[in-house]
Amino acid sequence: MPLLPAAVPLSWYLLLSAVLFSLGVAGFLFRKNIITVFMSIELMLNAVNLSFIAFSYHLKQVDGQIFSFFVMVVAAAEAAVGLGIILTVYKNRSTLEIDEIDSMKN
Amino acid sequence: MDAPLFLLFAFIAVASAISLVVQTHPISSALSLVGVMVSLAVLYLLLGAEFIAAAQIIVYAGAVMVLFVFVIMLLNAGTEHKSSKSPMVKWFGIPLLVVFIGVISFIVQGMLPKSALVVFGTFTQGGPLEVGRALFTTYLLPFEVTSILILIAIIGAIVLARKEI
Repeated sequence: MPLLPAAVPLSWYLLLSAVLFSLGVAGFLFRKNIITVFMSIELMLNAVNLSFIAFSYHLKQVDGQIFSFFVMVVAAAEAAVGLGIILTVYKNRSTLEIDEIDSMKN
Repeated sequence: MDAPLFLLFAFIAVASAISLVVQTHPISSALSLVGVMVSLAVLYLLLGAEFIAAAQIIVYAGAVMVLFVFVIMLLNAGTEHKSSKSPMVKWFGIPLLVVFIGVISFIVQGMLPKSALVVFGTFTQGGPLEVGRALFTTYLLPFEVTSILILIAIIGAIVLARKEI
């Protein structure tokens, strides 16, 4: 029996997607810098894209790729608006720590 | 040849993602995210999604990450402070994530047949021709709605970047 299979099972791609998504959730929950939190969201979107394209291969249809294309477009728009919000927050509060941006607390 | 390529780039993706979460400086996290995106583009090529792989490199690793690095440089973001985390995070957060991965892998193993293999070259419907045809016929309405979304995002970014907010 060879050490590695000749072809990769589809479930490996989906497991990789789940691991990347969990790491994105971990970064979103544990990090304190607002830019790193934002990058963790991008990591989660990328993990979901991998699932879409793996299922697109499995079903032999192009629709999953179209969905991941739309996710990409939404992520680009989200990055533009989100980074604008981060710039405005920094201009007003002079901090990037999410723990210190708490004016809506209490 | 599929398995070594998959394992190599899956390893790079997971290592870069761990580096993204662990690094304390935002620039290091941003460069790790570029590593994740480039290795995912290689996996998209293995799955036969040529157009999406190219778009991943150009849009994500190119445009979006340049925007991120630009903002990090502009704000001169430094190393994160160590803040006191609540004990809930340490005792429940990481075990719950491990449980989440376990449940996902259990469901995936149960749902997919063992014969579902990924062989490079057996699915060639992911080129610009097929993607473009689907985009401009079946998915024409979502495509046009997306253009309105991008217009709103541009206007929102301009409004946010004005001086008096």
